[in-house]
Amino acid sequence: MIRFGRAVLGVAFLIIGSAAFAQDNCLDCHRELEDEAALAMSEDIHAQSGVSCADCHGGDAEIETGGDYEVAMDPAKGFIGVPAPGDVPQLCGRCHSDATFMHRFDPNLSVDQEAQYWTSVHGQRLREGATDVAQCASCHGAHGVISARDPRSPVYPTKIPETCGACHADPEHMKPYGIPTDQLADYRAGVHGRALFDQGDLGAPTCNSCHGNHGATPPGVASVSLVCGNCHSVQRELFSGSPHREVFESMGEPECESCHGNHLIEAPTDDFVGVGEDAICMNCHGEGEPAYEVAATVHEEMSNLKEAMAEAREIVGQAARAGMEVSEADLALIDANQTLVESRNLVHAFATVPVQEKVAEGLQIATTARDMGLSALAELDYRRRGLFVSVFFILLLVVGLYLKIKQIEEPEK
Amino acid sequence: MLASLGQRAFRWLDERLDLQPIQRFAEEKAVPAHRYSWCYFFGGATLFFFMIQVATGILLLLYYKPTAEAAFESVRFIMTEVSFGWLIRSLHSWSANLMVLAALLHMATVFFMRAYRKPRELTWYSGAILLLLAMGFGFSGYLLPWNELAFFATRVGTDMAGKVPVVGRFLLEFLRGGEDVTGATLTRFFGFHVAVLPMMATALVLFHVLAIQRQGMSVPTSQKETSAQNPGMPFFPNYFLRELMGWAIALAILAALSSLFPWELGVEADPFAPAPAGIKPEWYFLFMFQTLKYLPATIAGVEGELVGLFAFGLAGAAWFFVPLLDQRFSRGEPSPWLTIMGVLALIFMATMTLLGYVMP
Repeated sequence: MIRFGRAVLGVAFLIIGSAAFAQDNCLDCHRELEDEAALAMSEDIHAQSGVSCADCHGGDAEIETGGDYEVAMDPAKGFIGVPAPGDVPQLCGRCHSDATFMHRFDPNLSVDQEAQYWTSVHGQRLREGATDVAQCASCHGAHGVISARDPRSPVYPTKIPETCGACHADPEHMKPYGIPTDQLADYRAGVHGRALFDQGDLGAPTCNSCHGNHGATPPGVASVSLVCGNCHSVQRELFSGSPHREVFESMGEPECESCHGNHLIEAPTDDFVGVGEDAICMNCHGEGEPAYEVAATVHEEMSNLKEAMAEAREIVGQAARAGMEVSEADLALIDANQTLVESRNLVHAFATVPVQEKVAEGLQIATTARDMGLSALAELDYRRRGLFVSVFFILLLVVGLYLKIKQIEEPEK
Repeated sequence: MLASLGQRAFRWLDERLDLQPIQRFAEEKAVPAHRYSWCYFFGGATLFFFMIQVATGILLLLYYKPTAEAAFESVRFIMTEVSFGWLIRSLHSWSANLMVLAALLHMATVFFMRAYRKPRELTWYSGAILLLLAMGFGFSGYLLPWNELAFFATRVGTDMAGKVPVVGRFLLEFLRGGEDVTGATLTRFFGFHVAVLPMMATALVLFHVLAIQRQGMSVPTSQKETSAQNPGMPFFPNYFLRELMGWAIALAILAALSSLFPWELGVEADPFAPAPAGIKPEWYFLFMFQTLKYLPATIAGVEGELVGLFAFGLAGAAWFFVPLLDQRFSRGEPSPWLTIMGVLALIFMATMTLLGYVMP
């Protein structure tokens, strides 16, 4: 009986408690009015965490209005209506810059977004009074904000290019700032955009990977290689030790970008290096220079390795198609390909010796693979010869047996 | 000189073991001669491939290691490092398939010639069990190289066994040695393949062959008159030499297949990798696999696969007990419906097998 009483009491507290928590008259009325902002709040991460309309817009969400809605939306009760764009960062920052408050929801959340924002070009323009620059709500949305980890979020990696492009690909919007608007189209066509959009590779860099997000700013000439080097660390290290580093620095040329571009980054080919028509080296260098020789040698070395690999692959493939066991040769080919990849990286040293050494290693492996393939083909030949000899003797036996049967059965006839 | 040595040896053995009756039996043994006499060769061919299996299997045992860690590598070693290892493995794989093919043809000719009728019912039952054992050999041996295709095909195959009502769970765990296909499955499949199945098969082959010696070859009823007018072909040496000729041709075909189309090893099994596309069982299981694929998810409220397995079970039982079911024939009356059923079954199996290879 006592237990039953306690249970009833517990349920009663729960009902009363949840009713008190859910008290938000703003939503009740605005939903009835089919206000889109109010309707979007059902999925809003803030609303789900108990943040009420009044927490951002001010006013009194719990007061009994008795039909006079102005009572709830009284400026005397702190009602501010729609926040001005310039006020949004501080408004969001009231909670998002408060570590104690934010860690109640997720101890891993950073609380420096607002501070970063003010350092960004967006933040600086906003401070100068521009109203059409991005602030928190421009990217995250104002109502119906969902977690950045949710694939539906406008700041999920696959959505970021479109979100940034909403302004940066709009010529009208960018006109006052004199910024080009082809970045989104270029990014889409580039190797990173294809990896993100076509292959769904969430590790592919998107706008914020290079420009930052809350502290978004164009990477300066000097820091481009650092940005690219976050992922392409080997190439960056090689470039830093190369003769190009100082020259580029003195000329004020961006490092990686000078050869690979920025938003439209093409998948590099081996013809980027060398003295041919597609060779980027020839944009700056010409015949007779030592660099011309370096470019020509590096290209030739890599071509030699590729030819050796192609020959080995053809021979091993021929043996494999004939049903021979060539897994060892296949492994050697994988190793040879690895040396090709490494020699492509070594191009960033802009010197012949490292590439030559790596190519020599690759050539040796490719030769081993080719020899294994040739030996498999020789073995195949041996087997076929063996087969013909065996089948010949077996057929001889068959003929002998046939003649013997004939001989036995002849007298009977 | 050699002949007299042979005679002396025979005399020595005869004095101790009394071999005269066997000699007389061999001298008198005759094979019925009629237009379907060629069908008798399939049984001999099956026996020939079985002997090849035993010989090559013993040689493979010298190097094969039945653990998940070492199996694949040991087969690769046999194929690349051991002298003629590639040939032995290829012979074993090809001969296994040719043995099943020869057994199926033998079974079909016996079926259509009604050779299972009294007094040869026991020969039919032992042959039917031998065919099932041959399939068991194929299923267990398929996994032993521990490659990707075999691993996933075994997972699918044992899954089917798991669907059998009441005993399914037990069967699945008994076959796999646990919940999933692991090294434990490989070890027990190896045990079945090299100990349990050979022991059973050898005993049954002996019984099967002895029964045939005891009862002689069956003559189809349609050929009774022809056969009665003809004394038949003496087994020694006439039929024996023909059989040897057949075996020599079988050996030539086997050697050509093994050398020109060596059996592939594939990629080592990775239990954590997703199942690759295009998993197919051995060709003699393919008609069942393909039929089950075409069945709807549910049939009359019962799981489609289960209905399919039940139907195959029923058909298998009917095939096995055909000597009991074919009462008209045992009474001396013709039973054309059975021939029609047999032909339809063969057309169905051939079509489904073909579809299994053609369809994606």
